[in-house]
Amino acid sequence: MTALLRTEGVHKAFGGVRALDTCTIEVDEGTVAGLIGPNGSGKTTLFNVITGYNKADAGEVYLADRRITNSAPDKVFALGIGRTFQLTRIFPSLTVMENMLVASQHSRTGARKRAMEQLEFIGIAGYHAALAGTLSYGQRKLLELAYVLVADPAIILLDEPAGGVNLSLVNHIANRIRELNAAGKTFLIVEHNMEFVMGLCDQVTVLDSGTVVAAGPPDIVRTDRRVLDAYLGEDIEEPEDDPDSAEDE
Amino acid sequence: MTEQQAGGPGTSTTARSVLKIDGLVAGYGGGDVLRGVSLEVAEGGITCVVGPNGAGKSTLMAAISGLLRPRLGSMVMDGQDLAGRSPRQILRLGVVQVPQNHSLFRDMTVRENVELGGYILSDRSLTARRLAAVFEIFPQIAGWSGQKAGSLSGGQQRLVEFARALMLEPQLLLLDEPSMGLAPKILRSVFDAIRQINAAGTTILLVEQNARAGLRLSTNGVVMENGRVRLSGTGREVLENPEIGALYLGGAVSSG
Repeated sequence: MTALLRTEGVHKAFGGVRALDTCTIEVDEGTVAGLIGPNGSGKTTLFNVITGYNKADAGEVYLADRRITNSAPDKVFALGIGRTFQLTRIFPSLTVMENMLVASQHSRTGARKRAMEQLEFIGIAGYHAALAGTLSYGQRKLLELAYVLVADPAIILLDEPAGGVNLSLVNHIANRIRELNAAGKTFLIVEHNMEFVMGLCDQVTVLDSGTVVAAGPPDIVRTDRRVLDAYLGEDIEEPEDDPDSAEDE
Repeated sequence: MTEQQAGGPGTSTTARSVLKIDGLVAGYGGGDVLRGVSLEVAEGGITCVVGPNGAGKSTLMAAISGLLRPRLGSMVMDGQDLAGRSPRQILRLGVVQVPQNHSLFRDMTVRENVELGGYILSDRSLTARRLAAVFEIFPQIAGWSGQKAGSLSGGQQRLVEFARALMLEPQLLLLDEPSMGLAPKILRSVFDAIRQINAAGTTILLVEQNARAGLRLSTNGVVMENGRVRLSGTGREVLENPEIGALYLGGAVSSG
Protein backbone atom coordinates (compact mmCIF):
# COMPACT_ATOMS: atom_id res chain seq x y z
CA MET A 1 0.00 0.00 0.00
CA THR A 2 1.13 3.50 -0.66
CA ALA A 3 0.88 6.29 1.84
CA LEU A 4 -1.62 8.86 0.65
CA LEU A 5 -0.62 11.27 3.42
CA ARG A 6 2.74 11.36 5.11
CA THR A 7 4.55 13.64 7.54
CA GLU A 8 8.27 13.33 8.03
CA GLY A 9 10.05 14.58 11.12
CA VAL A 10 7.76 17.53 11.67
CA HIS A 11 8.77 19.99 14.38
CA LYS A 12 6.55 22.75 15.65
CA ALA A 13 7.06 24.93 18.71
CA PHE A 14 4.89 27.69 20.15
CA GLY A 15 7.16 29.99 22.10
CA GLY A 16 9.18 27.61 24.23
CA VAL A 17 6.64 24.81 24.10
CA ARG A 18 7.40 21.98 21.72
CA ALA A 19 4.08 20.85 20.29
CA LEU A 20 5.46 18.48 17.66
CA ASP A 21 8.83 16.81 17.87
CA THR A 22 10.12 14.70 14.97
CA CYS A 23 6.58 13.70 14.18
CA THR A 24 6.35 11.12 11.43
CA ILE A 25 3.07 9.51 10.46
CA GLU A 26 1.67 7.70 7.43
CA VAL A 27 -1.90 7.22 6.29
CA ASP A 28 -2.35 4.52 3.66
CA GLU A 29 -4.73 5.13 0.81
CA GLY A 30 -8.16 3.64 1.35
CA THR A 31 -7.79 3.20 5.10
CA VAL A 32 -9.42 4.74 8.13
CA ALA A 33 -6.56 5.90 10.35
CA GLY A 34 -6.86 7.08 13.94
CA LEU A 35 -4.70 9.65 15.69
CA ILE A 36 -4.91 9.45 19.47
CA GLY A 37 -2.96 10.62 22.49
CA PRO A 38 -3.53 12.33 25.82
CA ASN A 39 -4.58 15.97 26.09
CA GLY A 40 -1.92 18.27 24.73
CA SER A 41 -0.04 15.56 22.85
CA GLY A 42 -0.11 17.54 19.59
CA LYS A 43 -2.96 15.97 17.61
CA THR A 44 -4.68 19.17 16.56
CA THR A 45 -1.34 20.89 15.92
CA LEU A 46 -0.45 18.08 13.52
CA PHE A 47 -3.80 18.61 11.76
CA ASN A 48 -3.00 22.31 11.55
CA VAL A 49 0.44 21.69 10.08
CA ILE A 50 -0.91 19.23 7.51
CA THR A 51 -3.65 21.61 6.40
CA GLY A 52 -1.46 24.72 6.35
CA TYR A 53 -2.95 26.52 9.35
CA ASN A 54 0.33 26.25 11.26
CA LYS A 55 3.75 26.38 9.62
CA ALA A 56 6.12 23.55 10.45
CA ASP A 57 9.45 24.67 11.90
CA ALA A 58 11.06 21.67 10.24
CA GLY A 59 10.03 18.48 8.50
CA GLU A 60 7.88 17.71 5.49
CA VAL A 61 4.28 16.90 4.60
CA TYR A 62 3.45 14.86 1.49
CA LEU A 63 0.17 14.14 -0.22
CA ALA A 64 0.89 11.04 -2.28
CA ASP A 65 4.26 12.02 -3.77
CA ARG A 66 3.64 15.72 -3.78
CA ARG A 67 5.40 17.86 -1.20
CA ILE A 68 2.81 20.16 0.35
CA THR A 69 4.75 21.38 3.38
CA ASN A 70 3.54 24.79 4.54
CA SER A 71 1.19 25.25 1.59
CA ALA A 72 -1.62 27.70 2.20
CA PRO A 73 -4.84 26.20 3.61
CA ASP A 74 -6.87 26.88 0.46
CA LYS A 75 -4.24 25.18 -1.66
CA VAL A 76 -4.14 22.13 0.62
CA PHE A 77 -7.91 22.02 0.43
CA ALA A 78 -7.88 22.27 -3.37
CA LEU A 79 -5.35 19.45 -3.54
CA GLY A 80 -7.83 17.15 -1.85
CA ILE A 81 -7.40 17.32 1.93
CA GLY A 82 -10.65 18.18 3.69
CA ARG A 83 -10.97 18.68 7.40
CA THR A 84 -13.41 19.55 10.14
CA PHE A 85 -12.78 22.11 12.85
CA GLN A 86 -14.77 21.03 15.88
CA LEU A 87 -17.79 23.11 14.85
CA THR A 88 -15.99 26.42 14.54
CA ARG A 89 -16.48 26.70 10.77
CA ILE A 90 -20.26 26.50 10.79
CA PHE A 91 -22.09 29.80 10.22
CA PRO A 92 -24.98 29.81 12.68
CA SER A 93 -26.96 32.57 10.98
CA LEU A 94 -26.93 30.85 7.58
CA THR A 95 -29.21 27.97 6.74
CA VAL A 96 -27.87 24.45 6.53
CA MET A 97 -28.04 24.63 2.71
CA GLU A 98 -26.29 28.01 2.66
CA ASN A 99 -23.52 26.56 4.79
CA MET A 100 -23.15 23.78 2.27
CA LEU A 101 -23.02 26.23 -0.62
CA VAL A 102 -20.31 28.24 1.12
CA ALA A 103 -18.27 25.06 1.31
CA SER A 104 -18.78 24.38 -2.40
CA GLN A 105 -17.61 27.77 -3.62
CA HIS A 106 -14.93 26.17 -5.75
CA SER A 107 -17.38 24.28 -7.93
CA ARG A 108 -20.63 26.08 -8.58
CA THR A 109 -22.30 23.93 -11.21
CA GLY A 110 -24.90 21.68 -9.68
CA ALA A 111 -23.68 22.67 -6.24
CA ARG A 112 -27.13 22.80 -4.75
CA LYS A 113 -28.11 19.39 -6.02
CA ARG A 114 -24.91 17.80 -4.77
CA ALA A 115 -25.18 19.54 -1.45
CA MET A 116 -28.66 18.10 -1.03
CA GLU A 117 -27.35 14.63 -1.85
CA GLN A 118 -24.67 14.98 0.81
CA LEU A 119 -27.21 16.14 3.36
CA GLU A 120 -29.41 13.16 2.49
CA PHE A 121 -26.51 10.77 2.83
CA ILE A 122 -25.57 12.24 6.21
CA GLY A 123 -29.19 12.27 7.30
CA ILE A 124 -30.03 15.93 7.84
CA ALA A 125 -31.63 16.84 4.50
CA GLY A 126 -34.85 17.58 6.35
CA TYR A 127 -33.12 20.54 8.00
CA HIS A 128 -31.71 22.12 4.83
CA ALA A 129 -33.77 25.30 5.29
CA ALA A 130 -33.14 25.59 9.04
CA LEU A 131 -30.64 28.09 10.39
CA ALA A 132 -27.51 26.20 11.37
CA GLY A 133 -27.58 27.94 14.73
CA THR A 134 -30.88 26.25 15.58
CA LEU A 135 -29.56 22.73 15.08
CA SER A 136 -28.89 20.50 18.04
CA TYR A 137 -25.30 19.75 18.92
CA GLY A 138 -25.52 16.34 17.29
CA GLN A 139 -27.07 17.74 14.12
CA ARG A 140 -24.28 20.29 13.89
CA LYS A 141 -21.74 17.48 14.13
CA LEU A 142 -23.48 15.90 11.15
CA LEU A 143 -23.50 19.19 9.23
CA GLU A 144 -19.79 19.46 9.89
CA LEU A 145 -19.33 16.07 8.25
CA ALA A 146 -21.58 16.92 5.29
CA TYR A 147 -19.76 20.23 4.88
CA VAL A 148 -16.38 18.57 4.42
CA LEU A 149 -17.78 16.13 1.84
CA VAL A 150 -18.89 18.88 -0.52
CA ALA A 151 -15.47 19.37 -2.07
CA ASP A 152 -15.05 15.63 -2.61
CA PRO A 153 -11.63 15.44 -0.93
CA ALA A 154 -9.38 12.41 -1.36
CA ILE A 155 -8.60 12.34 2.34
CA ILE A 156 -10.73 13.64 5.16
CA LEU A 157 -9.33 14.78 8.48
CA LEU A 158 -11.93 14.64 11.23
CA ASP A 159 -11.35 16.39 14.57
CA GLU A 160 -13.40 14.62 17.24
CA PRO A 161 -16.38 13.62 15.11
CA ALA A 162 -17.91 11.66 18.00
CA GLY A 163 -17.14 14.20 20.74
CA GLY A 164 -20.09 14.88 22.99
CA VAL A 165 -22.72 13.03 20.95
CA ASN A 166 -24.96 10.21 22.14
CA LEU A 167 -24.33 6.57 21.45
CA SER A 168 -26.83 6.11 18.61
CA LEU A 169 -25.42 9.15 16.83
CA VAL A 170 -21.88 7.89 17.39
CA ASN A 171 -22.90 4.68 15.63
CA HIS A 172 -24.60 6.64 12.86
CA ILE A 173 -21.44 8.67 12.28
CA ALA A 174 -19.26 5.56 12.34
CA ASN A 175 -21.50 3.93 9.74
CA ARG A 176 -21.32 6.95 7.45
CA ILE A 177 -17.53 6.90 7.70
CA ARG A 178 -17.49 3.18 6.88
CA GLU A 179 -19.65 3.74 3.80
CA LEU A 180 -17.51 6.62 2.59
CA ASN A 181 -14.43 4.52 3.17
CA ALA A 182 -15.92 1.63 1.21
CA ALA A 183 -16.49 4.13 -1.60
CA GLY A 184 -12.80 4.97 -1.57
CA LYS A 185 -12.34 7.83 0.88
CA THR A 186 -9.33 7.81 3.15
CA PHE A 187 -9.71 9.13 6.71
CA LEU A 188 -7.51 10.43 9.47
CA ILE A 189 -9.48 10.82 12.68
CA VAL A 190 -8.64 12.47 15.99
CA GLU A 191 -10.98 11.18 18.66
CA HIS A 192 -11.04 10.56 22.39
CA ASN A 193 -13.83 8.00 22.31
CA MET A 194 -11.73 4.83 22.33
CA GLU A 195 -14.52 2.41 21.46
CA PHE A 196 -15.18 4.54 18.39
CA VAL A 197 -11.52 4.73 17.34
CA MET A 198 -10.67 1.14 18.07
CA GLY A 199 -13.82 -0.16 16.41
CA LEU A 200 -13.51 1.94 13.28
CA CYS A 201 -9.85 2.38 12.44
CA ASP A 202 -7.54 0.09 10.49
CA GLN A 203 -4.45 1.76 11.90
CA VAL A 204 -3.95 3.89 14.97
CA THR A 205 -1.07 6.28 15.60
CA VAL A 206 -0.42 7.40 19.17
CA LEU A 207 1.14 10.76 19.98
CA ASP A 208 2.66 11.76 23.28
CA SER A 209 4.43 15.09 23.77
CA GLY A 210 4.38 15.66 20.02
CA THR A 211 6.11 12.39 19.15
CA VAL A 212 4.75 9.12 17.80
CA VAL A 213 5.07 6.50 20.54
CA ALA A 214 3.23 3.70 18.75
CA ALA A 215 1.48 2.92 15.47
CA GLY A 216 -0.33 -0.18 14.28
CA PRO A 217 -3.64 -2.02 14.29
CA PRO A 218 -5.95 -1.16 17.23
CA ASP A 219 -5.45 -4.42 19.09
CA ILE A 220 -1.68 -4.08 19.03
CA VAL A 221 -1.69 -0.41 19.99
CA ARG A 222 -4.17 -0.97 22.80
CA THR A 223 -1.84 -3.33 24.61
CA ASP A 224 1.38 -1.41 23.97
CA ARG A 225 3.07 -0.42 27.19
CA ARG A 226 4.26 2.90 25.78
CA VAL A 227 0.67 3.82 24.95
CA LEU A 228 -0.40 3.01 28.47
CA ASP A 229 2.46 5.12 29.78
CA ALA A 230 1.32 8.02 27.62
CA TYR A 231 -2.21 7.84 28.98
CA LEU A 232 -1.55 7.06 32.62
CA GLY A 233 1.19 9.63 32.96
CA GLU A 234 4.69 9.77 34.23
CA ASP A 235 5.16 8.55 37.72
CA ILE A 236 6.89 11.49 39.31
CA GLU A 237 7.50 9.78 42.65
CA GLU A 238 10.12 7.35 41.48
CA PRO A 239 12.00 8.95 38.62
CA GLU A 240 13.27 5.73 37.12
CA ASP A 241 14.60 5.68 33.60
CA ASP A 242 12.17 4.02 31.26
CA PRO A 243 13.63 0.67 30.23
CA ASP A 244 12.01 1.47 26.92
CA SER A 245 13.71 -0.65 24.34
CA ALA A 246 14.69 -3.40 26.74
CA GLU A 247 11.48 -5.34 27.12
CA ASP A 248 8.80 -4.54 24.64
CA GLU A 249 5.96 -7.06 24.74
CA MET B 1 -21.25 1.84 48.26
CA THR B 2 -22.37 -0.62 45.63
CA GLU B 3 -19.28 -0.21 43.46
CA GLN B 4 -16.81 -0.11 46.28
CA GLN B 5 -14.46 -3.03 46.39
CA ALA B 6 -13.52 -3.58 49.98
CA GLY B 7 -9.87 -2.86 50.46
CA GLY B 8 -7.77 -5.98 50.53
CA PRO B 9 -5.20 -6.90 53.14
CA GLY B 10 -3.25 -3.80 52.13
CA THR B 11 -5.86 -1.52 53.65
CA SER B 12 -4.60 -0.16 56.88
CA THR B 13 -7.28 2.34 57.71
CA THR B 14 -10.96 1.91 58.31
CA ALA B 15 -11.52 5.64 58.31
CA ARG B 16 -15.02 6.98 58.33
CA SER B 17 -16.24 8.79 55.27
CA VAL B 18 -16.38 12.54 55.21
CA LEU B 19 -18.50 12.41 52.06
CA LYS B 20 -20.68 9.60 50.82
CA ILE B 21 -21.95 9.82 47.26
CA ASP B 22 -24.64 7.44 46.18
CA GLY B 23 -26.19 6.95 42.74
CA LEU B 24 -25.33 10.42 41.49
CA VAL B 25 -26.80 11.31 38.09
CA ALA B 26 -25.96 14.69 36.57
CA GLY B 27 -25.31 16.33 33.22
CA TYR B 28 -25.70 19.34 30.99
CA GLY B 29 -28.59 20.00 28.64
CA GLY B 30 -30.23 16.75 27.61
CA GLY B 31 -27.54 14.21 28.40
CA ASP B 32 -26.26 12.62 31.58
CA VAL B 33 -22.52 12.80 32.12
CA LEU B 34 -22.63 11.11 35.53
CA ARG B 35 -24.72 7.99 35.25
CA GLY B 36 -24.97 6.66 38.78
CA VAL B 37 -21.75 7.49 40.60
CA SER B 38 -21.23 6.03 44.05
CA LEU B 39 -18.09 6.59 46.07
CA GLU B 40 -16.86 7.53 49.52
CA VAL B 41 -14.20 9.99 50.54
CA ALA B 42 -12.29 8.72 53.54
CA GLU B 43 -11.74 11.24 56.29
CA GLY B 44 -8.15 12.38 56.64
CA GLY B 45 -7.08 10.83 53.36
CA ILE B 46 -6.42 11.79 49.78
CA THR B 47 -8.90 10.22 47.39
CA CYS B 48 -7.86 10.44 43.77
CA VAL B 49 -10.31 10.18 40.87
CA VAL B 50 -8.78 9.31 37.52
CA GLY B 51 -10.20 8.24 34.18
CA PRO B 52 -10.08 8.96 30.46
CA ASN B 53 -11.34 12.15 28.85
CA GLY B 54 -15.06 12.47 29.14
CA ALA B 55 -15.33 10.06 32.07
CA GLY B 56 -17.11 12.71 34.13
CA LYS B 57 -14.38 13.67 36.60
CA SER B 58 -14.79 17.42 36.38
CA THR B 59 -18.56 17.06 36.25
CA LEU B 60 -18.37 15.16 39.53
CA MET B 61 -16.42 18.06 41.05
CA ALA B 62 -18.97 20.54 39.76
CA ALA B 63 -21.80 18.49 41.26
CA ILE B 64 -20.13 18.25 44.68
CA SER B 65 -19.43 21.97 44.86
CA GLY B 66 -22.97 22.81 43.77
CA LEU B 67 -22.11 24.38 40.42
CA LEU B 68 -24.15 21.66 38.74
CA ARG B 69 -27.37 20.41 40.28
CA PRO B 70 -27.62 16.61 40.17
CA ARG B 71 -30.77 15.03 38.76
CA LEU B 72 -30.68 12.04 41.07
CA GLY B 73 -28.67 10.63 43.93
CA SER B 74 -27.25 11.91 47.18
CA MET B 75 -24.02 13.39 48.50
CA VAL B 76 -24.12 13.14 52.25
CA MET B 77 -21.70 15.01 54.48
CA ASP B 78 -22.22 15.18 58.25
CA GLY B 79 -25.73 13.84 57.83
CA GLN B 80 -26.62 16.58 55.35
CA ASP B 81 -27.30 16.03 51.67
CA LEU B 82 -25.34 18.45 49.49
CA ALA B 83 -27.51 17.65 46.46
CA GLY B 84 -29.71 20.60 45.59
CA ARG B 85 -27.82 23.11 47.73
CA SER B 86 -26.25 26.24 46.29
CA PRO B 87 -22.48 26.60 45.89
CA ARG B 88 -22.54 29.18 48.70
CA GLN B 89 -24.31 26.81 51.10
CA ILE B 90 -21.91 24.02 50.21
CA LEU B 91 -18.95 26.32 50.77
CA ARG B 92 -20.32 27.15 54.22
CA LEU B 93 -20.56 23.45 54.97
CA GLY B 94 -16.81 23.28 54.45
CA VAL B 95 -16.35 22.09 50.88
CA VAL B 96 -13.87 24.28 49.00
CA GLN B 97 -12.84 23.73 45.40
CA VAL B 98 -9.69 24.82 43.62
CA PRO B 99 -10.74 25.08 39.98
CA GLN B 100 -8.88 23.59 37.06
CA ASN B 101 -7.99 26.88 35.38
CA HIS B 102 -5.85 29.52 37.00
CA SER B 103 -8.12 31.70 39.03
CA LEU B 104 -6.02 34.27 40.87
CA PHE B 105 -6.53 37.99 40.41
CA ARG B 106 -3.32 38.77 38.57
CA ASP B 107 -3.14 42.45 39.48
CA MET B 108 -3.68 41.86 43.18
CA THR B 109 -0.93 40.80 45.53
CA VAL B 110 -0.46 37.24 46.66
CA ARG B 111 -1.53 38.21 50.15
CA GLU B 112 -4.72 39.87 48.91
CA ASN B 113 -5.53 36.81 46.85
CA VAL B 114 -5.05 34.47 49.78
CA GLU B 115 -7.11 36.70 52.06
CA LEU B 116 -9.95 36.63 49.54
CA GLY B 117 -10.29 32.93 50.28
CA GLY B 118 -11.68 33.98 53.63
CA TYR B 119 -14.19 36.49 52.29
CA ILE B 120 -17.09 34.76 54.02
CA LEU B 121 -15.38 35.07 57.40
CA SER B 122 -16.91 37.97 59.26
CA ASP B 123 -14.26 38.17 61.98
CA ARG B 124 -11.14 40.04 60.84
CA SER B 125 -8.96 38.66 63.59
CA LEU B 126 -9.99 35.16 62.53
CA THR B 127 -8.94 36.03 59.00
CA ALA B 128 -5.55 37.15 60.31
CA ARG B 129 -5.11 33.97 62.34
CA ARG B 130 -6.03 31.80 59.38
CA LEU B 131 -3.63 33.71 57.15
CA ALA B 132 -0.85 33.12 59.67
CA ALA B 133 -1.70 29.42 59.82
CA VAL B 134 -1.69 29.14 56.02
CA PHE B 135 1.66 30.92 55.80
CA GLU B 136 2.97 28.44 58.35
CA ILE B 137 2.08 25.55 56.05
CA PHE B 138 3.50 27.40 53.04
CA PRO B 139 6.30 29.68 54.26
CA GLN B 140 7.37 30.28 50.65
CA ILE B 141 4.04 31.97 49.95
CA ALA B 142 4.61 34.37 52.84
CA GLY B 143 7.80 35.31 51.01
CA TRP B 144 5.85 36.25 47.89
CA SER B 145 3.03 37.99 49.73
CA GLY B 146 3.70 41.50 48.39
CA GLN B 147 4.16 40.43 44.78
CA LYS B 148 1.46 40.61 42.17
CA ALA B 149 -0.04 37.19 41.63
CA GLY B 150 0.38 37.57 37.88
CA SER B 151 4.15 37.73 38.28
CA LEU B 152 4.34 34.20 39.70
CA SER B 153 5.02 31.06 37.67
CA GLY B 154 2.22 28.60 36.97
CA GLY B 155 3.35 26.26 39.72
CA GLN B 156 3.64 29.08 42.26
CA GLN B 157 0.17 30.31 41.37
CA ARG B 158 -1.16 26.82 42.07
CA LEU B 159 0.29 26.94 45.58
CA VAL B 160 -1.32 30.33 46.18
CA GLU B 161 -4.65 28.89 45.03
CA PHE B 162 -4.23 26.07 47.53
CA ALA B 163 -3.43 28.58 50.27
CA ARG B 164 -6.50 30.62 49.36
CA ALA B 165 -8.67 27.52 49.65
CA LEU B 166 -7.23 26.71 53.08
CA MET B 167 -8.43 30.04 54.51
CA LEU B 168 -11.78 28.41 55.24
CA GLU B 169 -10.18 25.38 56.92
CA PRO B 170 -12.19 23.13 54.62
CA GLN B 171 -13.58 19.84 55.80
CA LEU B 172 -13.12 18.68 52.26
CA LEU B 173 -10.77 20.24 49.73
CA LEU B 174 -11.57 19.58 46.06
CA LEU B 175 -8.63 19.83 43.66
CA ASP B 176 -9.55 19.65 39.99
CA GLU B 177 -6.52 18.64 37.91
CA PRO B 178 -3.92 20.67 39.79
CA SER B 179 -1.21 19.45 37.40
CA MET B 180 -2.98 20.96 34.37
CA GLY B 181 -0.51 22.80 32.19
CA LEU B 182 2.46 22.35 34.51
CA ALA B 183 5.83 20.96 33.47
CA PRO B 184 6.79 17.62 35.05
CA LYS B 185 9.46 19.26 37.20
CA ILE B 186 6.97 21.72 38.67
CA LEU B 187 4.48 18.91 39.15
CA ARG B 188 6.55 17.47 41.93
CA SER B 189 6.41 20.64 44.00
CA VAL B 190 2.64 20.86 43.53
CA PHE B 191 2.22 17.25 44.59
CA ASP B 192 4.47 17.87 47.60
CA ALA B 193 2.18 20.73 48.53
CA ILE B 194 -0.88 18.48 48.31
CA ARG B 195 0.82 16.01 50.62
CA GLN B 196 1.68 18.83 53.04
CA ILE B 197 -1.93 20.06 53.13
CA ASN B 198 -3.12 16.55 53.82
CA ALA B 199 -0.50 15.99 56.53
CA ALA B 200 -1.78 19.15 58.22
CA GLY B 201 -5.17 17.43 58.55
CA THR B 202 -7.22 18.32 55.48
CA THR B 203 -9.19 15.65 53.63
CA ILE B 204 -8.67 15.93 49.89
CA LEU B 205 -10.60 14.78 46.85
CA LEU B 206 -8.31 15.07 43.87
CA VAL B 207 -9.08 14.74 40.17
CA GLU B 208 -5.91 14.09 38.25
CA GLN B 209 -5.04 13.40 34.63
CA ASN B 210 -1.63 12.04 35.52
CA ALA B 211 -3.16 8.85 36.86
CA ARG B 212 0.01 7.22 38.08
CA ALA B 213 1.36 10.20 39.97
CA GLY B 214 -2.08 10.97 41.41
CA LEU B 215 -2.78 7.43 42.59
CA ARG B 216 0.63 7.01 44.12
CA LEU B 217 0.11 10.15 46.13
CA SER B 218 -3.29 9.04 47.39
CA THR B 219 -4.63 6.78 50.08
CA ASN B 220 -7.65 5.90 47.96
CA GLY B 221 -8.19 5.65 44.23
CA VAL B 222 -11.24 5.66 41.99
CA VAL B 223 -11.31 5.08 38.24
CA MET B 224 -14.25 6.57 36.39
CA GLU B 225 -15.19 5.78 32.84
CA ASN B 226 -18.22 6.86 30.88
CA GLY B 227 -19.96 8.41 33.87
CA ARG B 228 -19.54 5.54 36.27
CA VAL B 229 -17.09 4.29 38.89
CA ARG B 230 -15.37 1.30 37.36
CA LEU B 231 -12.63 0.57 39.89
CA SER B 232 -11.94 1.61 43.44
CA GLY B 233 -9.68 0.64 46.30
CA THR B 234 -6.56 1.91 47.93
CA GLY B 235 -4.40 4.10 45.71
CA ARG B 236 -1.93 1.28 45.29
CA GLU B 237 -4.57 -1.35 44.51
CA VAL B 238 -6.01 0.79 41.76
CA LEU B 239 -2.57 1.71 40.45
CA GLU B 240 -1.63 -1.94 40.15
CA ASN B 241 -4.93 -3.17 38.74
CA PRO B 242 -4.33 -4.25 35.13
CA GLU B 243 -7.92 -3.35 34.26
CA ILE B 244 -7.05 0.35 34.44
CA GLY B 245 -5.35 0.24 31.02
CA ALA B 246 -8.44 -1.23 29.39
CA LEU B 247 -10.54 1.53 30.90
CA TYR B 248 -8.35 4.14 29.26
CA LEU B 249 -7.78 2.46 25.92
CA GLY B 250 -11.04 0.62 25.40
CA GLY B 251 -11.71 -3.09 25.41
CA ALA B 252 -12.67 -3.26 29.08
CA VAL B 253 -14.26 -6.60 29.92
CA SER B 254 -17.25 -5.41 31.86
CA SER B 255 -19.18 -2.81 29.94
CA GLY B 256 -21.52 -0.35 31.57
